[in-house]
Amino acid sequence: MSDARSAILAKMRSAMGRKADDVERKAAVADRLQRSPRGPLPARGQLPESERTALFQKMAEAVQASVVRVASRADVPDAVSAYLKSKNLPATVRMGEDARLAEMPWSAQKHMEILKGRAENADLATVSHALGGVAETGTLMLVSGPDNPTTLNFLPEHHIVVLEEADIAGDYESVWARIRERFGKGVMPRTVNMITGPSRSADIEQTLLLGAHGPRALHIVIVDKG
Amino acid sequence: MQITSPGFKENARTALDDAPLQRALGNVRKGFIEKRAKASAALPEFDLLRDNARDIKDHVLAHLDLYLEAYAEKVEAAGGHVHWAETAEDARRIILEICRQKNARTVTKGKSMITEEIGLNDFLEEHAVAPVETDLGEYIIQLRGEHPSHIIAPAVHVNKDQVEADFRRVHTHLDPARNLEEPTTLLSEARAVLREKYFEADIGITGANFLIAETGTSVIVTNEGNGDLTQNLPKTHVVVASIEKIVPTLDDVSQILRVLARSATGQDMSVYTTFSTGPKRDIDPDGPEDYHVVLLDNGRSSMLGSEFQDMLRCIRCGACMNHCPVYHAVGGHAYGWVYPGPMGAVLTPSLMGVDKSGHLPNASTFCGRCESVCPMRIPLPKMMRHWREREFSRNLTPATARYGLGAWAFFAKRPALYQAATRLAMAVLGRLGRSKGRFSAMPLAGGWTKYRDLPAPEGETFQAQWAKRRTAA
Repeated sequence: MSDARSAILAKMRSAMGRKADDVERKAAVADRLQRSPRGPLPARGQLPESERTALFQKMAEAVQASVVRVASRADVPDAVSAYLKSKNLPATVRMGEDARLAEMPWSAQKHMEILKGRAENADLATVSHALGGVAETGTLMLVSGPDNPTTLNFLPEHHIVVLEEADIAGDYESVWARIRERFGKGVMPRTVNMITGPSRSADIEQTLLLGAHGPRALHIVIVDKG
Repeated sequence: MQITSPGFKENARTALDDAPLQRALGNVRKGFIEKRAKASAALPEFDLLRDNARDIKDHVLAHLDLYLEAYAEKVEAAGGHVHWAETAEDARRIILEICRQKNARTVTKGKSMITEEIGLNDFLEEHAVAPVETDLGEYIIQLRGEHPSHIIAPAVHVNKDQVEADFRRVHTHLDPARNLEEPTTLLSEARAVLREKYFEADIGITGANFLIAETGTSVIVTNEGNGDLTQNLPKTHVVVASIEKIVPTLDDVSQILRVLARSATGQDMSVYTTFSTGPKRDIDPDGPEDYHVVLLDNGRSSMLGSEFQDMLRCIRCGACMNHCPVYHAVGGHAYGWVYPGPMGAVLTPSLMGVDKSGHLPNASTFCGRCESVCPMRIPLPKMMRHWREREFSRNLTPATARYGLGAWAFFAKRPALYQAATRLAMAVLGRLGRSKGRFSAMPLAGGWTKYRDLPAPEGETFQAQWAKRRTAA
């Protein structure tokens, strides 16, 4: 394979009239990868925190997600239970090992069954904790791992996502900065999902239908900073 | 995929007479244009972001060799494998080799134009590997034995009743008396049928909208979530991507994402934008155990440094075809290869040769709408003109057109003669057509008068009127 690699790179360099030991170009590439300069950011998301949360909610609802706000982490199980009831779903959810979710008072919910681990095909509802949200477009950002397995985001009919108000940023770039801080510059977890609303398709006569292959419904529980 | 671009004229004629196709094309003319206009108007920074998106890609193309090396190093550092493929054939061979190593019998596929470009499905079938398309539109056309007619809405040429007939024909395990009247029932049926396939598949194959050099990450952008199930449930994830998909950093990709969905479907963001880096980590409870990237050149490296380099900025949003009056009239299949519309009219000659696809850059009125909506500001009409020039200079233009252009050039280079000749022609035609005001037949102009009348000229030539107006002013 290394032959094909050298052949392709050589073809490119000859088409561009460049050589591999081009010091200036190498420096430009190293510099950009190191600095990762930001481009223009839409003014829309650059707001004080409370307005940012309101914008996030508005944008998420505009793409057919449902959003509730709760005062504290302790209120999340109530909100999840109320959502399941409102959709006539059994009181069963699956979630990963996320410590913030684990500390919530799930046992106070009578009859609620908590399943752990990666999603299974039969799961109707799952709960994930988002790494962040982006107000600009009502986008959630989730990372893979035992805390929040990626299959939880795609296999169930209903995906419930817990998001801390403090983790809502104005723009995507701010969340990338957080991910670099957590995983290291140039390092990523296996999967980062940006999720903007529930699954949909317009492939039949360009008519929008929800619930194509992923969740038919996306429910976001925002935990207020208080 | 077999190229039928040399038959563009016949293809177009058939398409114009195809009533169901014409009904389906109405959905393109209606929806896409309005949605893009609304989404771009709602973001004051839209044009600024387009400028920056163009600049990012120009920077990448000037350093593409170096960014590819940086990218490959990062993929390998994350435990992934990178395969370099000079041609479509090489890419097919590499993918089949991976399938054989894994004893794969079934592969699920996320929507990918690049696997259409390399004709992967037919090749895998020939070698006893069953590919299953999972994007709803791709699934529909796979059932129909067709190819995509649009790069983001592959089944845009198909109507609902046709989908229903296909599902009844293929899903024979389901009750024949079931009601499939509503589009939602069709969607639910496809969801249920394909859900099983994800779990059965040995390998998931996706394309990539972007490859990020900073982190060695491949990115897919979808609305259905099929690409995510495709790449998360099987044990092996294979990404097939062409070399120009590189962007330097996570910040850069965020910039381009802001113009991609708005230009394509008029969404602010697509539902799922997924960043994949290497195979699953040891502690991960899900995700593929093995991650391969096949980097395809297939003629792109020779576009660098040429007058077609700008085309490598393309992010495959489909805005150019959504706004193209020619695409609106004939649909995507008439173009005869993988990429239709204005972007196809530039890319197909670059990848397949202008001798086979010279009709495509000629099938344009140069109205300029494609360039005006392109998020990457690709000068599509200019590049179509370059292809016409190349076609002409290589004597590929038909003889009648060459003689016609030669005769026109003879007059155009001699203004006095040109004006005298047009004055004479105007006078003669004006007199001959005085009674009806138009001609329904005329020697040498049959190509025009076969479909419409030629208006008889009235009054003086443009040049004469112009001269008069300037003297008066």
